[in-house]
Amino acid sequence: MALEMGRVGIERVEGWGMSVGSVARVIRPENLDQLRAVLAEARKAGVTLAPRGTGCSYGDASTTEQGWCLDLTHMNRVLSFDESTGDADLEGGATIRQLWRRSLPSGYWPKVVSGTMFPTVGGAAGMNIHGKNNFKVGTFGDNLLEIDLLLANGDLLTCSREQNAELFHGAIGGFGMLGIITRVKTRTQRVYSGDVRVRGISCHDLGEMMEAMQELVDVADYLVGWIDTFGAGSAAGRGLLHDARYLAEGEDSDPGKTLCLEHQDLADSVMGVPKAEIWRVLRLFNHDLGMRLINGVKQVAGRMESMRGWHRQSHGGFNFLLDYVPDWKYAYARQAGEGLIQYQAFLPSETALDGFLALLAEGQASGHVPYLGVLKRHRPDPFLMTHALDGWSLAMDLKVTAKNRAHLWQTCARFSQICLNAGGRFYFAKDQVISPSVARASFGARRIAAFRELKAQADPQGLFSTDLWRRVFEQDPDQRSHGPWPGQA
Amino acid sequence: MQHPGSSLQNSSSTGSVPERVLVVGASSGIGAALVRQLASEGCQVAALARREDRLAELAADAPAQTVKVYRHDVLDAGEVPALLERIVGDLGGLDTLCYVAGVMPMVGPQEYDPDLDRTMVEVNLLGGMAWCAEVARLFLSERRGTIVGVSSVAGERGRRMNPAYHASKAGFSTYLESLRNRLEGHGVRVVTILPGMVKTEMTREIDKLVWPITPEQAARTMIATWRGSFWSTRFIPLRWCLVMAVIRAIPSRIFRHLNI
Repeated sequence: MALEMGRVGIERVEGWGMSVGSVARVIRPENLDQLRAVLAEARKAGVTLAPRGTGCSYGDASTTEQGWCLDLTHMNRVLSFDESTGDADLEGGATIRQLWRRSLPSGYWPKVVSGTMFPTVGGAAGMNIHGKNNFKVGTFGDNLLEIDLLLANGDLLTCSREQNAELFHGAIGGFGMLGIITRVKTRTQRVYSGDVRVRGISCHDLGEMMEAMQELVDVADYLVGWIDTFGAGSAAGRGLLHDARYLAEGEDSDPGKTLCLEHQDLADSVMGVPKAEIWRVLRLFNHDLGMRLINGVKQVAGRMESMRGWHRQSHGGFNFLLDYVPDWKYAYARQAGEGLIQYQAFLPSETALDGFLALLAEGQASGHVPYLGVLKRHRPDPFLMTHALDGWSLAMDLKVTAKNRAHLWQTCARFSQICLNAGGRFYFAKDQVISPSVARASFGARRIAAFRELKAQADPQGLFSTDLWRRVFEQDPDQRSHGPWPGQA
Repeated sequence: MQHPGSSLQNSSSTGSVPERVLVVGASSGIGAALVRQLASEGCQVAALARREDRLAELAADAPAQTVKVYRHDVLDAGEVPALLERIVGDLGGLDTLCYVAGVMPMVGPQEYDPDLDRTMVEVNLLGGMAWCAEVARLFLSERRGTIVGVSSVAGERGRRMNPAYHASKAGFSTYLESLRNRLEGHGVRVVTILPGMVKTEMTREIDKLVWPITPEQAARTMIATWRGSFWSTRFIPLRWCLVMAVIRAIPSRIFRHLNI
């Protein structure tokens, strides 16, 4: 049986931030037949399946305390790449890394990439991820041409804006609850160089940064702001804005060289320390004082970068900041159950500045100062459970320990109240904390009812289920204030 | 396939929880001694072996609720994933794997028997690899845990007595070393145990044992070794470490003339 379904074994299945997870049976089908066999077997056994890619969602989007975990990373072929249009056809388990490595030598870069190159494209579609260019090209879903969706009953449907449109708009951003995305077809961006032009703009406070960013929205290709989360008072939200642009045709004197894959490789060591060991150094600074110091030093370095003006950086080097230091999350913790969560608040333009300042102040006042803050500009998209809106997002990395966990969750509840008052949205690739009532207030009861309705049609028996689904959509409102501590579940 | 159900909880150990140990090859010799000793300390032990009567005795002798027994033939590697899942569910997690199973049939000076050789490789090496790999994946995902493999001083050099035995133990020692290097930095400890001559059923036919030790002594040293942090490869008794350093250094053209 094991062979018919792919490899079966038990493992701890955790969110990327490590603060949620449990030991589960993990099944890794190699092809569609095996995947169908898994679905049939799970239906027969009466257990749920939690779809999972490379597990890059910070929270509980692919973890499961019940049933089986369905790991799709072995269905990872790049099916085709059209060199004339840049359209790529991939199996759901293929990664963004596989995509750009296939497309770049032909002069194409993925339209949307995350801060790490390791998510699968199926996961990227299911979570409807975005990049630093959300304001310009939309979300990952906006750039998909079609997907293949395997329903719980084994039917395979091709979904696009024209065909099964309702499922298309529900499954993208539907965090795997409507079916398994076994194939995605996506557009890519024509590029004339393996580099982008980048400049840093140092900002004294959040208002200044948002103003500067807004001015660049029409001309920049990528915009991302790093925030010194320890800045307070008049310095609250100070940081460094990065503005990046694609090179025009002919601007790169030797595109053949920059478009080759070696040019995209990230450095093997930083200041003489081998990359794989850097997290051990970072760990020494992983406390409030150390992070205050690092954020402060970065702010000064940002001013210097600001004076340097335009410079060039590879696509990979600019986009995949999270991959510079492998396993950097271990700087937060190594023990399962501890680590970090990311709280990313999406606020409409009118309320964003005040809302973010309130969030930063709340974090500082409660003793949970984020160790990293990132500001991005967004635009709306047509997907049912989308986080995208005409506004901004502030992502905050928050340290989780056994001791601070309960208190941190209370603080996050206050964050959520601030977001709701500001008309904000949440993003399930990051979220680990919102309650059903917060979700209802944010997404609106109608939207959630529509999603439930779609789920009932596509997966009437509730075969697909994750900790996220049960936390946000199955529990009674506010019954559960924070995740169970591992071992005490 | 069974539904893991609610018994399959997070397997992280928290402070006061007794160590949960899986012993493969528990029915006799070092394995049985290990189980007895761990059970007397109050550890949760999963004892695996072919011989069910021996397992039943072990469980009956041990303090209540400490030893759970499972019939398993290490030749059946395909059974490992499901059995491991069951054991992790039963023990509520796993801290340590001990692979002790091993066979050393007597091979006469004129005897060349590929079937016998294959059995040794299957039990001593392939069975160990099947268990270590399955558990390594679990431990890696938890960034914790200890894998203990019992190899032998016999793996250090190819003596004239029993080629397949020496080869299987050399293979297992090298496999464990490689596994240790892979898991270094991921929170998982891999310990290689290299016993000399232990007074067990395996060595009953050997006329003269060099520095013989009892299974109980071997088990005691093993447990201390995996709980400590100093040794990752431990000869028992320790003096074999020096002896093997010398024996390893003997050139092959001389070694083949020596009856050691």
